[in-house]
Amino acid sequence: MSTGYEQVLGRRDEIMRRSLGIDYERFRVGVLAWDYEALMRSVGRTADDVERIQRERGVGRTPMREATNLTALVRSVAPAGHGARIFVKDEAANPSGSFKDRRASLSVHEAAERGYRGVIAATSGNYGAAVASQAARAGLACIVVQEARDSRGAIQPEIVEKARACEEYGAEVVQCSVGPELFYLALLLLEETGYFNASLYTPFSVAGIETLGREIVNDVRRLTNRDPDVVVVTHAGGGNVTGTARGLRAAGAEATEIVGVSVDLRGLHMASDRDFNRKSFTTGHSGFSLPFTTRPDRSDVPFNAARSLRHLDRMLLVTQGEVFFATEVLARIEGIQRGPAGNTSLAAALVLARDLPVDATIVVQETEYTGAGKHAWAQLQFAAANGVEVRNGRREENRPGEVIAIPLDVDGLGVDELDLGAVRESYLAHALGGLDASRLDEIDVGFLADETRLTVDDVRSRLERTRLAGAGSSQA
Amino acid sequence: MAEILEAGRWVRVHRVELAAGKRAPGIPPDTAGVPFETWINGYLIEPAQLGKDGVVRTASGRLVEGHIVEVDPGYTHSFGPPPQSLREAGRRASERVR
Repeated sequence: MSTGYEQVLGRRDEIMRRSLGIDYERFRVGVLAWDYEALMRSVGRTADDVERIQRERGVGRTPMREATNLTALVRSVAPAGHGARIFVKDEAANPSGSFKDRRASLSVHEAAERGYRGVIAATSGNYGAAVASQAARAGLACIVVQEARDSRGAIQPEIVEKARACEEYGAEVVQCSVGPELFYLALLLLEETGYFNASLYTPFSVAGIETLGREIVNDVRRLTNRDPDVVVVTHAGGGNVTGTARGLRAAGAEATEIVGVSVDLRGLHMASDRDFNRKSFTTGHSGFSLPFTTRPDRSDVPFNAARSLRHLDRMLLVTQGEVFFATEVLARIEGIQRGPAGNTSLAAALVLARDLPVDATIVVQETEYTGAGKHAWAQLQFAAANGVEVRNGRREENRPGEVIAIPLDVDGLGVDELDLGAVRESYLAHALGGLDASRLDEIDVGFLADETRLTVDDVRSRLERTRLAGAGSSQA
Repeated sequence: MAEILEAGRWVRVHRVELAAGKRAPGIPPDTAGVPFETWINGYLIEPAQLGKDGVVRTASGRLVEGHIVEVDPGYTHSFGPPPQSLREAGRRASERVR
């Protein structure tokens, strides 16, 4: 069979069907609409089942730490009566060192139960190590496909570390040069091996994170007798936000505010060979969160189970310098070395806590392990070696790919708030594509309302405006 | 002549998967202008030489042919020196909560 790019992509649907065992088309209910809850129910396991599967594998039930020194740090610069209690869910305590074990555990379990001999994941992040770790325990073969090197062969230290971890777990690591062809190669490997596609965006992956949301509610209720006021989530492809939010709501935390936070890498092109090594974060950044929030189905599965716009109350960006700051103070005053990428939401928490009353609670819902390479010092040294200026400075001085300005003090931290209204507009524009809005049925409008958390009337009036604008432009 | 590597040696092979010009549509010019390459580690299934082509069996059991670029590929990644800009921020935070 041909291995040309277009030819392999042309076989995508068939490869997906075989490697996932999900017939996505059966969930389609309208022109655009598909039944999201039915897709999630197709996992076929109760919340208790998922928890049991994870517990058997040592996944979950991670410590919830109250970060009293971080709270004190925030209160030292907060207005009187302000400075929320900060809690950190220490997901680094999972077997491979991150919350990604929750996502991997259910996928690998599913693969083993259905008789697949191996699993494949395309990721440069913690998820690769998580899949490799779970596969090792299940006795399945594992291939992790990483976007790793630029055309000079340069590779970020944290990606090297993830390759090492995968290799130690017994996985084959395929390191790729920069570009979206990572997914082309994953398709080829799925076709060659017949292995299970442990995509980040399947319902198994998202259902595996729901336990995290439930644990957070239970932990915080135990410690404070209340639901958390705010949960901050590092936001990339949307799975972390979606799964956590679904778990929070399932546990009854109806009023908890859900805040997605990404590292601001706007201006760097995610498929650029040159830009690849001028960023110091390989995940949790705007290069994933912006496109995935507005176009979730651009992922590697037909219908993405990670749909962050359904859950986000706020969407924030922080600078690379602020995340390094958060990493430093977590070690220096709380005595825990984690991250750096997993501390993206922590950086925002240090800002949000300032404006909340002292009896409010804010939960940073993950940490990740740190180690050689996967470490602030190594990443900053690599940035400097690749022409990025690393120094102290105000947050406004950060320029992705050019300057990492680390604030000297906690009162120098801030957040950039994205306009969710504009994000919703962008989602609707992408969802419609070139489609004539008058072709949409009632069920499609309802679907778009669920997707955007707009009312049905709101969606209708926006679609009408789009239709008129379309008619106007065709007459022009 | 380069050393003969025995079958069973752990090596890294390099492959060009898609030549420049045969890559995905719509990628930036700097990426489109270079090939899409891969590097894979495995055990040689027959004797070969560094710098020449060889076939490896990978950790997942696949047979992969490529250009042998490294023998006993391993890991030397580290931490590096503590950046002063970061440590100073940490010191100030520590003073604030003391």
